[in-house]
Amino acid sequence: MGQTKVRGYRSARWDEPIIMEMSTPGERGVFVPLVEPEIKGEIAEASSYIPASVSRQRPPALPEISQHQALRHYLRLSQQTMGMDLANDISEGTCTMKYSPKVHDELCRLPQMAELHPLQDEETLQGALQILYEFRDILRAISGLDEVSLQGGGGAHAAFINAAVVRAYHASRGELPRRDEFITTMFSHPCDAAAPATAGFKVITLMPDEMGYPPLDQLKAAVSERTAGVMITNPEDTGIYNPAIDRFVEVVHQAGALAFTDQANANSVLGIARARDAGFDACHFNLHKTFSSPHGCAGPAAGAYCCTQELAPFLPVPVVTFDGRTYHLDYDRPLSIGKVREFYGNVPVVLRALAWCLSLGPRGLREVSEIAVLNNNYLMKKLLAIRGVTMPYEERRRLDQVRFSLRQMKEETGIGCHEFQERQIDFGVQSVWTSHHPFVVPEPITPEPCETYSREDLDYWAETAAQVSREAYNEPDKVLGAPYNQPIAKMKGLEALEEHERWAITWRAYQRKIKRRASP
Amino acid sequence: MTDDYFIHPYIPNAVPETKRAMLREIGKASALDIYEPIPQHLRFQGMLDVPGPIHSEAELKRHMKSILAKNVSCEDYLSFLGGGCWQHYVPAAVDEVVNRAEFISAYDGLYYTDHGKQQVKFEYASQLAELLELDGVGLALYDWGTVAGLSLRMACRITGRSQVLVAASAGPERVAVARTLCGPAEVPSHIALETVAFDPATGELNLDDLRAKISSATAAVYIEMPTYLGTIEGRAAEIAVIAHMHGAQFIVGVDPISLGLLAGPGSYGADIVCGDVQSLGVHMSCGGGLGGFIAFRDDDPVYASECPLILFTILETEREGEYAFAEMMEERTSYGLRDKGKDWVGTGAGLWMVASSVYMTLLGPKGFRELGDTVIRRAHYAAKRIAEIPGVRIGLGEAFFKEFVVDFSGTGKTVAEINKALLGHHIFGGHDLSRDFPGLAQCALYCVTEVHTKNDIDRLAAALRSVLVVEGV
Repeated sequence: MGQTKVRGYRSARWDEPIIMEMSTPGERGVFVPLVEPEIKGEIAEASSYIPASVSRQRPPALPEISQHQALRHYLRLSQQTMGMDLANDISEGTCTMKYSPKVHDELCRLPQMAELHPLQDEETLQGALQILYEFRDILRAISGLDEVSLQGGGGAHAAFINAAVVRAYHASRGELPRRDEFITTMFSHPCDAAAPATAGFKVITLMPDEMGYPPLDQLKAAVSERTAGVMITNPEDTGIYNPAIDRFVEVVHQAGALAFTDQANANSVLGIARARDAGFDACHFNLHKTFSSPHGCAGPAAGAYCCTQELAPFLPVPVVTFDGRTYHLDYDRPLSIGKVREFYGNVPVVLRALAWCLSLGPRGLREVSEIAVLNNNYLMKKLLAIRGVTMPYEERRRLDQVRFSLRQMKEETGIGCHEFQERQIDFGVQSVWTSHHPFVVPEPITPEPCETYSREDLDYWAETAAQVSREAYNEPDKVLGAPYNQPIAKMKGLEALEEHERWAITWRAYQRKIKRRASP
Repeated sequence: MTDDYFIHPYIPNAVPETKRAMLREIGKASALDIYEPIPQHLRFQGMLDVPGPIHSEAELKRHMKSILAKNVSCEDYLSFLGGGCWQHYVPAAVDEVVNRAEFISAYDGLYYTDHGKQQVKFEYASQLAELLELDGVGLALYDWGTVAGLSLRMACRITGRSQVLVAASAGPERVAVARTLCGPAEVPSHIALETVAFDPATGELNLDDLRAKISSATAAVYIEMPTYLGTIEGRAAEIAVIAHMHGAQFIVGVDPISLGLLAGPGSYGADIVCGDVQSLGVHMSCGGGLGGFIAFRDDDPVYASECPLILFTILETEREGEYAFAEMMEERTSYGLRDKGKDWVGTGAGLWMVASSVYMTLLGPKGFRELGDTVIRRAHYAAKRIAEIPGVRIGLGEAFFKEFVVDFSGTGKTVAEINKALLGHHIFGGHDLSRDFPGLAQCALYCVTEVHTKNDIDRLAAALRSVLVVEGV
């Protein structure tokens, strides 16, 4: 770490106004097609087709801006966005911020992808359906499971598909009213608790013991004839792999319930461990995490859902089938849970995932995981050498990420995870992910150095953490005053986050609530 | 293939010297040793049965393009498909911004590092709020169907009731998604979803049926504007009054591109509004361009409190006159309270908020007005030309925006047959409504937007005439 120096990073700072403040009446950003004179002569004005009761009386108060000024505004805002491509984004653990190849974006922009309508005749969508079908086969190999639905619009959506499939499975056996509970673990993603709750189930959450994962006895005590299913992330968000996972599944199965594993952290186990081999009935993958589709400011995304043959009849419609010559969309599935998303999935996201897998092949996929865990263990060693950084739980072996604790730093210097985060970003790394709520690990930080990052990147990230630690112990006020090098100064008035009179979700609300109050 | 190959361009530390040095540093002999916690019997042996690798980017691109070449796009053929995903023109400046590396690659970077992204999201919410005439707008998630279902759930929590009324003219895919979210009758949290008939002559909601079905147990009345069938609900304000008289929430699903001509639903009494941003500058991408939004009144904090989507508020900074944007009431979401949160929220349609914000800026108030005028008049021109074909009539009256029902039942041909024949003319005919609307058997939903010129429409009319009259299918 000796040779690694923190950068003198300065973000762009444009003092860019809000678009709503930039209006000059009369200006416009683009001309739209106008109706032809022949049509004008033949077809009455718009108002004659719109009942007066729902006709717009006042034009919407949108800004009026010329094209260059509009473009410049958004380009400046893009410069005030670090994103992942420019950042050292080891920071966003559990998110698997891997490089998303640019050639995929080019493919998605081709008219044969971008200008497809989902209701076109199947024979004109054979390429799109082939992409869905071929990627289905890849996920069958990676998970060991039998069938796949690519309809989920994100990881949490796939978790909801599971809750709905489990619901339909028990209903088909007449056991639904009795089986009204799901079990998850505290270090599983919040959606593993929230999705079954939305689907109408009570949720029991198992807590980790001193090893870092729930003991089998705790599961045995929670499982009963009321259990419908279990949803567990493994490895969990701590990076800990539960070595007794197959015995967990056995206990669940003995009770007649179904077991799902959330594979949000699958980047560590591609070609290494399959959901099927641990006995799981179903799992999911985030194509925008493990499979390289870009995160796009939080979507578009896809949550692929994989399951056994036994659960396949319950999958959402349609299912893509192949008769050896032609691909089809099969809607005729009487036991299906129905629809979870309009049409049949996020095809461009699947296209990117397929292209990524094809580029890597079987050895490459395995290499992705091996390097991801190597990177993590290397970074772990560097970070644990930093004063004030500790790693909770007796299980010291971690796969793709580590949930570190800054409790010691907080106690000794007053600098905890949030203060750490706001200073570390001044060195040109993305804001470190702390933890989902509740913070079971005190003062948590969770970096995830996936295969994208070079040794130099890892060293740099560790050095920025070491720099914040040195400052915390030597000049804590400097850390408390951070950030310094960002597009905006330190935020204030955070009570607005919770107070109705103070929050303003939109500019019109702000004008009405805040500005009016401020003016005499 | 040599071992060198596996120094893949996406994996820098695959370089053997680097790998060895790093393994030395952590005291392991091989990367596989790190997998110790996974018991041997759970380890997958051998190689995954997956295709690849395709060695070079050039070959990969060519391969993927060869698959995409099996698609026929709406640029290749003339398309009149709508029904929840629409072909509108996307200005080049929208694509320029959406394809910026910073936006396309950003995720959960926080308020300082990704300040620009947060500002765009606030601008998206602010612009949509002006179109909708409501003060609260949540960040986009998946699609209209999902947010319609989540809006119904929100209304049930607000009212403490569990029955909802949904217009029979609402999108069948959307309602199907909403039904999955309402759950089956066996679960205690089940929401009973009942449909309200529409007038077969005009497409308008049947208010007698509404009055007959609504009660003090009704949590919400949901209509669409324009409806899935394209019609404009002229008595929306009256529906709002009926809903409110019974203590129910009035929810309107809206296609925002219509709002240059149509009033914002907030102005006629909507409590909650949902819809899709796809029509606002997002390519169709086979349905990948969808992004659902929820908007609501903010005169009562219960709406924000019960909205499951992420909400941002404007804040100040220590520098005079400078704004920041941060997530508010974070605890109420599934991220804050897990199973005790409001339904769930997750990664959804972030980039399409960027696209729609740029789009709304470029169009401005005049653009929305003019675009609406072009769309509605071209759609009516198309309806007129099609209605001139023997045996063909336009269903549901004249109050429609960009979509309208064409009734082919008098032609003796099925919509499926007609659409197959239209493919021969390189035209995607309107979506067949026979399966989803038994009362509209052998009817099709045609969609006309600003991308369709008079010539395109004349070409469609000629092709239909040829298919129905000359070729006889």
